[in-house]
Amino acid sequence: MKNVGHSIRKIDGMAVATGKPVYTEDLAMPNALVIKILRSPHAYAKITSIDVSRAESIEGVECVLTYRDVPNQRFTLAGQSYPEPSPYDRLILDQVLRYVGDEVAIIAAVDEKTAHRAMKNIKVEYEVLDPVLDFEEAIGHPSVVHPEEDLSVNFDIGLQKEMNITSASHEEVGDVEEEFKRCAVIVEDVYYPQAQAHTMMETYRSFTYLDHAGRLVVLSSTQVPFHIRRQLARALKIPASKIRVIKPRIGGGFGGKQTGAGDIFAAIVTIKTGKPALIIYDRKETFSATTSRHAMRLKVKLGADSDGIIRAIDMEVLSDTGAYGEHAPTVLSCVGHYTLPLYNKTRAVRFDGKAVYTNKMPAGAFRGYGATQGTFALESTVNKLAEQLNMDPTEIRLKNISKVGETFLTGQGVALGSTSLDRCIAKGKELISWEEKFPRQEIGDNKVRAVGMAITMQGSGIANIGTASVEIRLNDDGNFTLLTGATDMGTGCDTILTQIAADALEVPMEMIIINAGDTDTSPYDPGSYASSTTYLAGSAVIKAAEELRGKILEQGALFLGVSVEDVEFDGLAVRTLRGDKDISFAKLAELTVLGNGKLQLVGYATHGSEVSPPPYVAGFAEVEVDQETGKVDLIDYVAVIDCGTVINPALARIQAEGGIAQGIGMALYEQVRYDEIGRMATNSFMQYKIPTRKDVGKIRIAFEESFEPTGPFGAKSIGEVVANTPPPAIAHAIYNAVGVRENHLPITPEKVFLGMLK
Amino acid sequence: MFTMLNLVQPKELEEAYQIFSEKRNNTILGGCAFLKMGRKRITTGIDLSNLNLNYIQERDGFIEIGAMASLRDIEINPLLKDNYNGVLAKSVRDIIGVQFRNGVTVGASVYSKYGFSDLITALLSLDTEVELFKAGRMPLEEFLAQPKEKDILVRLWIRKTSRQAVYLSFRNSATDYSVLNVAVSKLNEQWKIAVGARPSIAALAVSASEMLVGEMPSSERIEMAVQKVTEELSFGTNTRGTSVYRKALCKALVRRGILEVMACKSN
Amino acid sequence: MQIELTVNDKVVLWEVGNDEFLADTLRSHGYLSVKKACETSCCGLCTIWIDGKSMLSCSILSLRAHGKKVTTIEGLPKEAEEFAQILSAEGAEQCGFCSPGFIMSVLAMKNELVNPTEEEIIHYLTGNLCRCTGYMGQLRAIKTYLGVA
Repeated sequence: MKNVGHSIRKIDGMAVATGKPVYTEDLAMPNALVIKILRSPHAYAKITSIDVSRAESIEGVECVLTYRDVPNQRFTLAGQSYPEPSPYDRLILDQVLRYVGDEVAIIAAVDEKTAHRAMKNIKVEYEVLDPVLDFEEAIGHPSVVHPEEDLSVNFDIGLQKEMNITSASHEEVGDVEEEFKRCAVIVEDVYYPQAQAHTMMETYRSFTYLDHAGRLVVLSSTQVPFHIRRQLARALKIPASKIRVIKPRIGGGFGGKQTGAGDIFAAIVTIKTGKPALIIYDRKETFSATTSRHAMRLKVKLGADSDGIIRAIDMEVLSDTGAYGEHAPTVLSCVGHYTLPLYNKTRAVRFDGKAVYTNKMPAGAFRGYGATQGTFALESTVNKLAEQLNMDPTEIRLKNISKVGETFLTGQGVALGSTSLDRCIAKGKELISWEEKFPRQEIGDNKVRAVGMAITMQGSGIANIGTASVEIRLNDDGNFTLLTGATDMGTGCDTILTQIAADALEVPMEMIIINAGDTDTSPYDPGSYASSTTYLAGSAVIKAAEELRGKILEQGALFLGVSVEDVEFDGLAVRTLRGDKDISFAKLAELTVLGNGKLQLVGYATHGSEVSPPPYVAGFAEVEVDQETGKVDLIDYVAVIDCGTVINPALARIQAEGGIAQGIGMALYEQVRYDEIGRMATNSFMQYKIPTRKDVGKIRIAFEESFEPTGPFGAKSIGEVVANTPPPAIAHAIYNAVGVRENHLPITPEKVFLGMLK
Repeated sequence: MFTMLNLVQPKELEEAYQIFSEKRNNTILGGCAFLKMGRKRITTGIDLSNLNLNYIQERDGFIEIGAMASLRDIEINPLLKDNYNGVLAKSVRDIIGVQFRNGVTVGASVYSKYGFSDLITALLSLDTEVELFKAGRMPLEEFLAQPKEKDILVRLWIRKTSRQAVYLSFRNSATDYSVLNVAVSKLNEQWKIAVGARPSIAALAVSASEMLVGEMPSSERIEMAVQKVTEELSFGTNTRGTSVYRKALCKALVRRGILEVMACKSN
Repeated sequence: MQIELTVNDKVVLWEVGNDEFLADTLRSHGYLSVKKACETSCCGLCTIWIDGKSMLSCSILSLRAHGKKVTTIEGLPKEAEEFAQILSAEGAEQCGFCSPGFIMSVLAMKNELVNPTEEEIIHYLTGNLCRCTGYMGQLRAIKTYLGVA
């Protein structure tokens, strides 16, 4: 293939790298109203009075909106396919404020200074309520975070709002208790992965205006344009047909931009005033008034035979969804879905989970989506099991992992279509020099080096729910336009889909114009999340291309006066098999678009998958621990990846390196923290430290390709799976170094130090 | 949000001081990086850029550092590299990044007396004096001990000696604030141990320093001094570390510092 | 107040507020390569040069740029293009939002350091945060660009 499998430069790469004006803020009209949000200073409170008259009277203030000015319609900011599993539990502005940062009033003014002045002139009185801050005490807490009557769900998610339970998930096959009795070894432990902030470099932002037809146009830095349109329509009580959402270039998402933020405030201002409006969340708001990864408590119990075959897995999860339930049920269930199938020699598995409301910033979608938390817990327990059995941790994996054609207890009979996880493990061992380094080496000066490992899986799209539609047109000049709703957030899917289209059509990439992420012109696509785009949209591209090829051949044959069996593609032309006649695409295009043909050729496909084939990673960490201080230096991280066919090696490598770095941050440095009254203590890059280039050590990526029969050219996903292995692999390495098993992330030097004292 | 009604760029220190004293919320501007993070409403900001205070030079047996020299200047200045075992350069190198250090000024860093300061700890281990416009020249220790008064820090004077010094900081991640930092120095047989970010402002461990008599103190002596540091200085708890942990770090870093100084080639 | 400065070799006269910062001034005059991402002077996205030195334009009062020579990536099209080609061949621009500031730092480093070691490169660029790439691809690109191992 000419393009698939090659490291092709991103089609927007040069423009974004050299600072061309292609992001939301760059494209906003200079006269747009500036929107600022007055936010709750209390974790839980009710507005008893609010006076905006002074603020509104300030010159340059266009409007100040409070809970009295918004539709009485609850909705969710979660960007999910309809019917959303997330509860409709929020209003645009509510009289009840459920976390520090919850929105009290929307201010629109001619400039930032005026908006700030107006904010200072809003008088609010609050009745302060007792907040629920500790998620382990949420169930049955005297305070109920969502007492309102009109909270609703699209289907049963196990919500018990009076108990602060947002959702519940239970899955069980076989008799776990009975299996445990038969097991030679039982290990169990409790894990606390923390809330993590996405910290994409471009904060949340949205620009809105009314177009020539009076429709609301929303330029949004979002991963989910179609979901944003539906969300706005519901919240504002206007028809979706009156809304157009456009996604320009966006400066990173990591799942954060799968949840709405800001769009609704800009939209309501534009609707109320008729004027263009721009909202830019500052970094503090991005940290403290959007979403984070769900903090969780996971209890894991494993039972195994004496030869290391895992026979029973029991997982009990409590997930902190914060003040609103965005993604609460699905992240919760994904904890089990993306961990339990790793090991399929089990005879019984049980998963039981609850997500709870608390008075903290909502949690939401974050790369890994529950798999990250689940992997930390399960893999740490498997490492513990290996130690108990005195087995090499890599060996115990090789004994238990699923093979091609095998099924899994909770997998409803679906056979695994592709895996090279065994090769990933072998390759990783070799790259990190496992045989020499496991488990530890003293290197003098009170320092120890050690290695650790973990494996993980994710999905590729959401089976039976996720779809992607693609249209490819043959244009009047013989070029092609690829229309897709897939949402490139910097990851390069515009390029990947163009590569796939070019190879499927057998034309150069330069002949394909990709037009994406505009709800007015793009065919429907849920957006960039759930590791979907390459797998689903990529398949849709192939189908659409095949349909178009068929039509081109048919039309070509028609114009050449032969039957379709007698023609073939020849470069950029249709030629008879005898080679005596041909017609170029350009000519064909001209003839179809104009007079004779009267039929512009279009290939169209909607693709969904009944399966969600798992990509795999085997991750290996080497750390150096200073026994005097507890300081952990990450020396080397090796990740070997099975993402099926690698469509674009350079882009896949960067995705992987970035995901590993984010996982390293989660393992060692990052934590969303609150003070004792529920104010976020980590609302800047000074207090919330993401890894710098000095903190990540060396990250090495290798690919072990498999071929996924249901994927485009054999591809699976890669976007999320890469974030999952660092927490358990690094925790394992630290344990191997100094015997400290730290189950509360992040593993800070002080925790290691105190652990060594025990 | 940062607000400032006026900005002046005086040509004379006297004038700068005059404006500074006029109003309580008139403020001397350093690099503005920290100032910008606060919510201070400044009436008049006083920019010292036009006072020729951006220099590092040798004068009268001292190394003189103007208030407007940047942390990056400290990091790359040859004079500072060649003296005191390059301790000042080492103390600032982990502060955020080059472009940050290009903006942050020495004057603001020292005058603000931030507890987390890296530079102050290193300066304390040297023979440093602070020159203030009104209060004049005084040892850095004295300046740190004084309550904060409205004055302009004009320059630093560091006695040029063959003092050898080592700076060690402990950070939870590479560019975070120090959980604890330590500077140890030795001139002939006289030692100085300074510990900062405890999380309160750096201080000299005077008694511990006195225990380290001689060029090559014995390991027992070193252990006694290490122990003494944690007894004579106070250690507190904040989000970056507990007092217990800080004490443990202090012992480890002071010990390493002493050993590293002992390994320095005296020049 | 009015300031006179040179932006990318062009002398300009601009009206600026007393508490206006240079990043905002530059953006308002169409230098949209200048990005902001932190408010706490520590992400490096707004990096530009003042008199050839890399600085955080978000933290410099615009008045202080009076009489100075300001350079943004728009003023270095050739150098930026050359390095961006190498960077994007690695895929290491990813979302691209941090790239202009990062490239300004890389170009400043090239002017300041001679044959830097890997450690020196990492140290020089630590103030440029990136959340997409994990930094490895950027390092590969820099090594290719500088012709160092």
